[in-house]
Amino acid sequence: MTLSLRAALFLSAAFAASVGLASEPFPSTYQVPSSPALLIQGAVVLTGTGERIDGADVLVENGRISAVGRGLSPPAGARIVAAQGRWVTPGIIDIHSHLGVYASPAMKGLDDGNEATNPNTANVWAEHSIWPQDPGFETALEGGVTTLQILPGSANLIGGRSVVVKNVAAVTYQAMKFPGAAYGLKMACGENPKRVYGEKNQAPSTRMGNVAGYRQAFADAQDYVQQWDKYRHDLADYQKKKTAAASGAKKAKDKDGDDKDLTAPTPPKRDLKLETLAEVLHGNIRVHMHCYRSDEMATMLDVADEFGFKIVAFHHAVEAYKIADLLAQKGVCAAMWADWWGFKMEAFDGIQENLPMVDYPDRGCAIVHSDSEDGIQRLNQEAAKAMAHGARVGLIVPPERAIRWLTLNPAKSLGLEDRIGTLQAGKAADLVIWNGNPFSVYALAEQVFIDGALRFDREHPTPKPRSDFLLGQPGVGAPL
Amino acid sequence: MKALFLIVAWTGAALAAHVALAQDFVIRGATVHTAGAQGTLKNTDVLVRGGVIAAIGAAAQGAAGVTVVEAQGKELTPGLFGGMTNLGLEEVSEESQTVDSTLNLKSPAWGQQWRPEFEVSQAFNPRSTLVPVARIEGITWSMLAPASGDAIIGGQGAAVTLDGRFDAVLRGSGSLFVSMGNTGAALAGGTRAAEFMLLEQAIREARAQGPIGEGALLHGAGREVMARYLSGGRVVFQVDRAADILAVVGFARRNGMKPVIAGGSEAWVVAKELAQADVPVILDPLKDLPSDFDHLGATLDNAARLQRAGVRIAFSSGDSHNARLTRQLAGNAVAHGLPWESALAAITATPADIFGLGATRGHIAVGQVADLVLWNADPLEVTTLADQVWIAGAAVEMRSRQTELRDRYLGKVKAHQAF
Repeated sequence: MTLSLRAALFLSAAFAASVGLASEPFPSTYQVPSSPALLIQGAVVLTGTGERIDGADVLVENGRISAVGRGLSPPAGARIVAAQGRWVTPGIIDIHSHLGVYASPAMKGLDDGNEATNPNTANVWAEHSIWPQDPGFETALEGGVTTLQILPGSANLIGGRSVVVKNVAAVTYQAMKFPGAAYGLKMACGENPKRVYGEKNQAPSTRMGNVAGYRQAFADAQDYVQQWDKYRHDLADYQKKKTAAASGAKKAKDKDGDDKDLTAPTPPKRDLKLETLAEVLHGNIRVHMHCYRSDEMATMLDVADEFGFKIVAFHHAVEAYKIADLLAQKGVCAAMWADWWGFKMEAFDGIQENLPMVDYPDRGCAIVHSDSEDGIQRLNQEAAKAMAHGARVGLIVPPERAIRWLTLNPAKSLGLEDRIGTLQAGKAADLVIWNGNPFSVYALAEQVFIDGALRFDREHPTPKPRSDFLLGQPGVGAPL
Repeated sequence: MKALFLIVAWTGAALAAHVALAQDFVIRGATVHTAGAQGTLKNTDVLVRGGVIAAIGAAAQGAAGVTVVEAQGKELTPGLFGGMTNLGLEEVSEESQTVDSTLNLKSPAWGQQWRPEFEVSQAFNPRSTLVPVARIEGITWSMLAPASGDAIIGGQGAAVTLDGRFDAVLRGSGSLFVSMGNTGAALAGGTRAAEFMLLEQAIREARAQGPIGEGALLHGAGREVMARYLSGGRVVFQVDRAADILAVVGFARRNGMKPVIAGGSEAWVVAKELAQADVPVILDPLKDLPSDFDHLGATLDNAARLQRAGVRIAFSSGDSHNARLTRQLAGNAVAHGLPWESALAAITATPADIFGLGATRGHIAVGQVADLVLWNADPLEVTTLADQVWIAGAAVEMRSRQTELRDRYLGKVKAHQAF
C-alpha cells in the first residue's frame, strides 16, 4: 500500500467517523488481479510528466510501473511485448462521464442520471444509478480509457456525489469503484438548473436564483457542521466527566442528587444532503462544477471563497479561454471539449483553441473530457484537434505535453495524481499501447492495461461482448 | 505560398460584397484527390476559369493571365459535403426562435396533417454564424434536411452552397424526408406498422382524382408534391433497424420512389440487398453503441462492410454546429477498414451523386464548379487544417466568428508567462 493510498483510506475513515458512522458505506470490492510481469520494449513513451522517450521500455511488476527507460532487462517469466513503432501512454482518464447512469440503450428504464426533483440533491450518489452492463464501458476501454469519474446530470444546482471507477468488467459497481478515491460533488451553473426549475415555476429560474441556491445550501451546511462540532464537543465533555466520575472524583450532583450532568448528548439527526456538503467544507469531497461562461466561473470562485471550499475543475468550460489567467492563478482546472459549441446560448462562444489557450499560462490545467458515450471513445482525437488549432496560432503543444490533458491533469482534479496519470515507478500500471502516434485519426489502442492486467487486446478480442445486455443479441456479425 | 497569401488579401478587400468574386487562377503542383476515376494525381495543376474547373494536368500548365497558387505538393480535394444538417436553419439549438428546421403543427396522431409541400430551404440564412464556421474547414455544401415534427413526413429539403450567396439552393437536389423506425412510430400512433398505413393513405390521396373527403392527410399542394415523389422522386428515409430498412426499400420501390437510407445503423446486415437494389446509405460511421433497440447491430465496421458489398455510402453526423467534423468521420472509417479513397468519396463525390449534383459538384474534373480545398496535410487526418477554401472559384475569407473570438483573447493569453 502506498502512502497516498493509506492517506486516502485514512481520509475515508475520517469522513465516516465525522458523521458518527462505523465505516464507510458501499465500500469498494475491487482487487488488483495478479498478472505476470510485463516488459514493453522499444516504444515511443509519453510518460505523462511532460517527457517523451523514444525507443523506451516500460517494466511492470505486481500491477505497478517499476521502471521506464532504455534497455531494461526482463525479470524471469515476464511477458514481453515488442513495441517498436508503437506509442505508450498512461491510461486515459475521463472526469466527465455518464456511462452507466445514462446507459445505452437510452431507455426510460435506464434513465438514471438526473434526480431532477429538487435543485439541491446533494444526498444522491451517482454510484447508485450505475448499471455496470452499459456497453459503453467496453467501447470506452477500446479507446484507452482506464479511469472514469461518473457524475450525476446537470439539472440541479447541486446534483449529487460522483464516483471514480476503474474501467473493468464487473457485475457490481463496487467491484469497479476506485479504492480510496475521494468522492466528487457535481454542481451546475447556468442554463440547465434555471430552465429545469423555471419551467416548473419554482426557484431557480434565473442565474441570480442559482447563486442564491448554492449559497443557502452551503450556509445550511455551515450550520450543520457547527451542530456536529458542538455535539462532538459535548460528547467529549461528557466522556471526560464520566471517566472522572468513574474514578471516584467528586461528583457533580444537583439538588436531588441525580447525575444530570452526565446525560449523554444526543447527536444531531443525520441529514444526507448536509452531510455531503459538510464533507465539501471539510475538504474531503471535491467539487466538480459544470460551468460554461467565464463570468459565471468567476462568480463561483467567489462563492467558493465565501464558504471556504475549493472547486477543483470547471467542466464544459467553453469560455475558459477568456479567463485562462484567473484559472491558472487560482489553480483550478478547466475540463473542455475540443469543438462543441452553439447548442445553447452559454455555449455560443466556443472556440477550437480553448484547450491550448487554457494550457498556455504557467500552472494552467487543461483537461479533455467527453460527457459523451461517443466522444469518450476518441479523447485522443479530441486532444489532437485542439493541438492543431493551437499550433496554427502559435500555441505549440507537443504530444508529450498534450497527453497530460488526458492523463495527469484529470488525475490531479480527482486528487489521484500520486497513483495514476503518469508512467512513473510506483504508480499503477494503467497504460495504453497505441499502434502509432495517438494524436491521429488513424491511431487505435492495441492493448489496454489496468493495474498491470491486460483488459483489452485488439489482436485477440474476446469473442463475446462484455455486457450481458449485448449477449445473444444480433451483434456485430462475422469478422470483417 | 506567396501567391496564396496574395489571393487571401485580395478576397479580404472583396468582403464588402456578400460573395467574393471568382477569379481565374491556377493551383500549381498539388496532390490532387479527384474523388473520381482518376484517383489521386501527384504534382498536378488545376486551372479555374469563371468559377469552373477548366483544365487539369498538362492542359492547365502555362495558362496566361491568371493568378498562381503554389501548392508545393499539398493536397487538394473537392469541397466537402457537410452532411444532412440545419446549417443556416439554426443559430442556437436550445433557442427555438433561432431554429427553423422542423414543422410541428401540434396535431394529435389521430388528426394528422401531412405537409410534404413544406420546403425547409426557404428558411435558409446564408449569413448564419454557422456557415463560415463550417466553410473555413472545407465544407462547401450541405443538404438541408427537415426533421420530423409531429408527422413522419418532415417535408422537403435541398442542398445549398455555402459561399454566402442568398440564392444558395442547388437545383436538382430536392428531396423528401421521412422518419421511420422507432422515431416515426412515436409519430404514427405508437407502431411502426402505422408508418406504412399512413404512407399508403397519403399515396392514395396523391393519386386520387378530385376532392378528398374528411380526414385527409394532405392538402391540395401536398397532393401535388407527393405525386411528384411517386414518379421517381428521391425520398430520404431515416431508418436504422435491418428489418425496417428492407421494408422501406420494398415499399418505396413499389410506389415509384427512389429511396435513400439515412442512419442505416444496421444497414450492413442487409448490405447485399441494398447493393442489388442500388440503394445508397448515408451514415454516421462513428455510431457503434446500441443507443436503442433499433441500433443493436451498430458497429464501427458498418461503412467498410457496406463498401465491400458494393453499396454507395456517404457520411453525415447530422450535426450542424460541427458539420466541420465530417472529415473525422471519414478518417475513423479508414481506421476501421474503409479504403482511404472511398472515405474521401463518402464526403465528396458520393453525396453529390446521391443528391443529383454529381455532374457539377463533388469531384475535381473539368467542367465541375470550382469548390476546392487546399489542405496542409492529409485531409482526413484530425490534425490537418484547410489552408484555403474556394467556392465556385472564389477564395473564401478564412475567418469566422470563432476566429474573431480567438483573436480577441489570444493576445491576453500570450501576454502571460508560458509553461
